[in-house]
Amino acid sequence: MAVFDPVKVAFFVEVLVSGLLSGILYALVALGFVLIFKASGVFNFAQGAMVLVAGLALVRTLNWLEAHLPFWLALLLALSFAGALMTGIAWAVERFVLRKLVNQTALALFMATIGITFVLEGLGQQIFGAQVYKLDIGLPRDNIFALESLFDGGILLNTLDLWSALLAAAIVGALAFFFQWTRTGRALRAVADDHSAAQSVGIPLTRVWFIVWVVAGLVAIAAAAVWGSKVGVQFSLVYVALKALPVIIVGGLTSVPGAILGGLLIGAGEKLAEVYLGPSLGGGIEHWFAYVVALVVLLVRPQGLFGDRIIERI
Amino acid sequence: MQRLEQGEGESGRLSPILTVNNIEVVYDHVALVLKGVSLTVPERGVVALLGANGAGKTTALRAISNLLKGERGEVTKGSITFAGERVDRLTPNNLVRRGCIQVLEGRRCFGHLTIEENLLTGAYTRPDGAAAIRRDLDHIYETFPRLRQRRTSLAGYVSGGEQQMCAIGRALMSKPRMILLDEPSMGLAPQVVEEIFAIVRELNLREGVSFLLAEQNTRMALKYATYGYILETGRVVMDGPAEAMRENDDVKEFYIGRADAQGANFRNVKTYRRRKRWLS
Repeated sequence: MAVFDPVKVAFFVEVLVSGLLSGILYALVALGFVLIFKASGVFNFAQGAMVLVAGLALVRTLNWLEAHLPFWLALLLALSFAGALMTGIAWAVERFVLRKLVNQTALALFMATIGITFVLEGLGQQIFGAQVYKLDIGLPRDNIFALESLFDGGILLNTLDLWSALLAAAIVGALAFFFQWTRTGRALRAVADDHSAAQSVGIPLTRVWFIVWVVAGLVAIAAAAVWGSKVGVQFSLVYVALKALPVIIVGGLTSVPGAILGGLLIGAGEKLAEVYLGPSLGGGIEHWFAYVVALVVLLVRPQGLFGDRIIERI
Repeated sequence: MQRLEQGEGESGRLSPILTVNNIEVVYDHVALVLKGVSLTVPERGVVALLGANGAGKTTALRAISNLLKGERGEVTKGSITFAGERVDRLTPNNLVRRGCIQVLEGRRCFGHLTIEENLLTGAYTRPDGAAAIRRDLDHIYETFPRLRQRRTSLAGYVSGGEQQMCAIGRALMSKPRMILLDEPSMGLAPQVVEEIFAIVRELNLREGVSFLLAEQNTRMALKYATYGYILETGRVVMDGPAEAMRENDDVKEFYIGRADAQGANFRNVKTYRRRKRWLS
């Protein structure tokens, strides 16, 4: 009469945890979208390309430096190089694209980011090469068994996923602090609320846009580092960004915690659906499940779970 | 243009903090909105810029504060001098640093920030430290006690009057020498309007902040300002000391309204208006 078969529960927990861990990785990419949208109202289609470029820069310089320097120094230098590159991209985007398009419609800006996508994808692969590169940033990647006291035999976990989750949590914490408590963070939120009012109190829009693109670039490096470690640095990283779209629709386009929770929901949801609903639907639903969830959210709650409601006094 | 003189010219006596000299503003490269506007604000003065909807008041203020670019407008002629320095090529950021800040029409508080965070954004350009900013924040709470009560509320949810106070307080946080105040009475109850204007006067007298005040509420503006300009379709059609304007028949007729027998008949007013225009 056992309602909970311990083996089944252990299996459920295992699927759930692995789903949550991969969800955090989606969230990392989604964060980049949210940051830029929040501060400039631009839906940045180029976020995926930024992840790709960041990953390529990181892996190529790391592989080259590793041969000559101790690993930790090589890693540090490679990360700095990637950071500098993303900063340069942010500067160029602000200077040559956004500044020319001030006060154009959201659609025009969105199209401009599609253009940026093509430039970044092309240039990135031209400069750094277009093969699949194996990235090892020194994170452990063995499988371990956790919760052995609770379940017979424990549940199987990948330590790489665990470390990635910790990294993502640290980044989110840092961003939340930055937005809530620093002068620049407050200025970013002010710009997100009302461009011209922010300008009227002397907040320079061009600098704010530069800053968010830099931050989004740094988040892209983090995403590239963990995704690259998992699946290798390759062109298909661009499609990881596609997975981030349902995440931000579920979580809300303007919310940092929303991006995280959306990522967790989508990650866990698609793994659980694959395992428990998949067989009756013919399998392979992992690939489209997230989009269906996003569609339902759009119908029921278009601003997402944590998106800003539009405040309007009458 | 008609200049009302009475006693000594208010604007000539004190040294000007702001001089706008014959500016033209073009929107989208075609629409000429200001056709040669000149005005002067004396140091520590309160000057009213009056006129109907679409006369160009907001455009004039935005031209001074360099916020036109965002609206695809451009100053094509003339010059603007603030505190002895040409400012017409500065960014808004640099102008705020020099002490000239605009409070936009319709308050424009940051709705998703708390009142206190709104006020703190006003201090963005200040180079002095957190302690000085903290002190000024307290000072603003003393000027606007209602803001202190509301300091943790989101600005989007407080009343219109409180939002206007928040917008003025936010501008004050930049330690301005001059505030360009656009339509502070818009959408507010008469009592609240009176309160806001009283605060403007107090700030002017106590802290020496100069004001250029764009208003449709002519009666109220002329009560608190020392000098006034009237704009009509992009031109200054009349200027003079506030008390002379209040007594002027044309101003009464067009902008304040009169209670005597002549204006009582609505039809008379209509024909009179049609016949007599200030346009040159």
